Amino acid sequence: MDLLYARWQMGLSLGFHIVFAVIGMAMPLMMVVAEVAWLRTGRSEYRELVKRWSTGTAILFAVGAVSGTVLSFELGLLWPTFMEFAGPIIGMPFSLEGFAFFLEAIFLGLYLYGWQRLGAWAHVFAGVMVALGGALSGIFVVTANSWMNTPAGFRMVNGEPVDVDPIAAMLNPAAGAQVVHMMLAAYAAVGVAVAGIHARLLLRDSRDPFHRRAFAIALLVGLPSAVLQPLSGDWAARVVARTQPAKLAALEGQFVTETHAPVRLGGVPDPDSRETRYALEIPGGLSFLAYGDPSARVVGLNDIPRDLWPPVTAVHLAFQIMVAIGVWLAALAGWATILWWRGRLFTSRAFLRAMVVSTTLGFVAIEAGWIVTELGRQPWIIQGVLKTADAVTPMPGLVFPFALFTVVYIGLAVVVVAMIRRTILDTAPPADARG
Amino acid sequence: MRVADTAFLLAAVLVMSLTFYALLGGADYGGGLWDLLARGPTADRQRATIARAIGPVWEANHVWLIIAVVVLFSGFPRAFSAISTFLHVPLVLVLLGIVLRGSAFVFRAYGSEEPRQERFWGRVFAIASTTTPLFLGVVVGAITDGRLPSSTDARFIDVFVRPWLTMFSISVGAFALVLFGYLAAVYLTLEARDSETRTAFRQRALISGGVVGILAGIVLLVSGPTLREELLASPWAIPLHVAAGASAITALAALWWKNYRVARLAAASQVTLILWGWALAQYPYAVRPHLTLAAAAAPEPVRVLLLQVLAVGAVVLLPSLLFLFGLFGPRGR
Ligand code: HDD
Ligand code: HEM
Ligand code: HEM
Repeated sequence: MDLLYARWQMGLSLGFHIVFAVIGMAMPLMMVVAEVAWLRTGRSEYRELVKRWSTGTAILFAVGAVSGTVLSFELGLLWPTFMEFAGPIIGMPFSLEGFAFFLEAIFLGLYLYGWQRLGAWAHVFAGVMVALGGALSGIFVVTANSWMNTPAGFRMVNGEPVDVDPIAAMLNPAAGAQVVHMMLAAYAAVGVAVAGIHARLLLRDSRDPFHRRAFAIALLVGLPSAVLQPLSGDWAARVVARTQPAKLAALEGQFVTETHAPVRLGGVPDPDSRETRYALEIPGGLSFLAYGDPSARVVGLNDIPRDLWPPVTAVHLAFQIMVAIGVWLAALAGWATILWWRGRLFTSRAFLRAMVVSTTLGFVAIEAGWIVTELGRQPWIIQGVLKTADAVTPMPGLVFPFALFTVVYIGLAVVVVAMIRRTILDTAPPADARG
Repeated sequence: MRVADTAFLLAAVLVMSLTFYALLGGADYGGGLWDLLARGPTADRQRATIARAIGPVWEANHVWLIIAVVVLFSGFPRAFSAISTFLHVPLVLVLLGIVLRGSAFVFRAYGSEEPRQERFWGRVFAIASTTTPLFLGVVVGAITDGRLPSSTDARFIDVFVRPWLTMFSISVGAFALVLFGYLAAVYLTLEARDSETRTAFRQRALISGGVVGILAGIVLLVSGPTLREELLASPWAIPLHVAAGASAITALAALWWKNYRVARLAAASQVTLILWGWALAQYPYAVRPHLTLAAAAAPEPVRVLLLQVLAVGAVVLLPSLLFLFGLFGPRGR
């Protein structure tokens, strides 16, 4: 029971933090683009845009920083055995991440409070450093996570790690694919979300120059990443196929080991009857996507001991959600390109509506993707090395901290949403009276 | 020999991060304490001064804590594991404070124009700023006190509560709170923009400086004979205590004669010396009574690499950090 609460608390804290973390990665980039546009063109809308975006970002950033602090402690509070084992091995990316945080926090202070005291380009430089710090934080922490999926950089002797090589651990087999996928996810999700918000205001007045510029910048950051995302997801899936057969089988709801394994669209895996029902199957698709050969053999869950199965249904469903959103966002990018070509990007109501509907989808995909990664690794906390159940803290009564953080995070979420709503309503065009 | 050396160096890095956290982040908490206690005709101006001083720097100051945690779990994984297992309860309370303090601060600063909301978040900020150093102090006290069990086979109370719910740990918590408040008040004399507000902070600095002395006595008093002996046993103990005392007297005298720059320097050196005195008294233990630094440490190559990374990182970061403080400091906080 305590294990369950520990897992829920970890999942809750990570699921909460990641929202603010990706905003901290992508918003500074958009603010820099807008500020450079302002310096180049002298148009006041850009300046207004940067100021308003930075107010929202300041709030979100602080919540990202404090929820991240909670995570650093929780690694020990909930998983002391894991950290005792893994600390020396993956301490390196966490230490580097610490420096990235410094970079980010220092230049954020300069950026938010330095409008008057810094020269124009010095201020842009501060923004660039914030964006860089955010990106580096994300990169480093994801290498730590990918090490949990594909542990490297040590040998096990009598249950103890020896010959520890933190650099090799950081450059583990899954690191490249996961880092690229995560970075793209951050830019895609935030870009689409911001574009969705401004699309809503453009639907009221499609001529408003302020929202046009905001919409364009957000699309510029979000949509190219959205196009690349399915490609990088394919790379991630190939790495999973090579390194974590149980996770791959769970992703796809693949129970039997077979050649010409199909890709399944939708479907509900039933672990008891060991089959995936209601799926649209494309024969040979999985074998091809995972190994580049439609006749390749894919290991099914039937050949994996039952006690090493991840929760198949949840993982499969989460994966389907992520992929569906990935395809949809890439399609939006194509649509946007065509509209832009025809000069109708800001006036096509259908497209604006589609963007409004898609506002939160990138974030949904991020949460789904992490559920795939983390639940798909169960019952291991370090794939093949340490089980989650063996890593949990001996402290009883974990339901209490879990309940506490749940209440706090729900409260924070409510307040943050209300405050961001207010700053966005403030972004009504200056001519328009407030509120 | 080298083994001991790198473990010692890494522990020194850890203590340096904690020192910076106390000097910078600690003072930010202290600012919250004075927000809570703001009284008199200048109360609003006091609060505004505090918010202005903390605003641009608190997130950077907070990162020192992250660095300390990261160095602890990469460099001394067994110590991290023991501390976070047995001190789960006070650590959760620390975290709660950290979350509420940071969020409430930005909610107040950016989020609301409505005075009632602003007051509410101001309250949350101030209260969380007060509880956090208290529980941080309790954690440090418990690590020093040496009552952490070596296994978890006993009643919940004995394993997860008794080790930190002691007179000693609580008095260390109170000491930390007042020490940070004192530090903040001294810094704030330089941040204030009018002489009335400055006088208010000077008064607060003098009073809290006195209380720091009293609490230091209480901590020593309740520490019990064995611990006291160990705390005072190292050859460094006496010189460090004397130096800390001298800094304290200098700081108070400088406050009295309104030489605030000297006061700031002396108060910072007082806090630094107190922390170093604690660290040297703790040596060679990471967590009393079972875990020495050597036993808690990561393998040698990991420590060497970590030290190299930290050194390079410091060279890159210190200039930007100095620039930040140069730009917003009171004129250099
Ligand atoms: C905007 C967000 C987003 C979108 C549109 C997609 N993904 Fe994703 N995906 C993530 C956001 C994400 C993520 C949250 O960022 C994850 C979690 C762990 C990671 O590295 O990235 C992830 C993980 C993840 C994994 C697991 C990696 C592992 O466990 O090591 C696979 C196989 C895929 N993705 C595949 C795809 C495919 C084939 C997609 C599209 C068609 C796709 N993703 C779209
Ligand atoms: C990048 C850094 C990450 C690290 C180091 C990390 C680490 C961990 C650890 C140690 C656990 C507990 C053990 C386990 O159940 O496997 C866990 C579980 C979990 N994490 Fe992650 N994680 C990371 C990212 C994320 C993100 C961003 C999410 C976002 C949604 C996430 C979602 C979860 C969930 C849902 C669980 C609970 C799994 C379960 O119930 O079985 N993780 N993670
Ligand atoms: C995939 C997962 C993660 C990503 C992409 C990520 C990224 C980031 C980013 C960009 C920030 C900067 C603050 C902000 O922008 O709001 C941040 C803050 C932070 N993160 Fe995460 N993070 C992840 C998971 C984790 C995990 C697992 C931990 C801890 C073990 C962690 C610890 C922290 C801490 C301590 C901060 C605060 C730094 C500060 O004080 O400024 N993060 N994270």
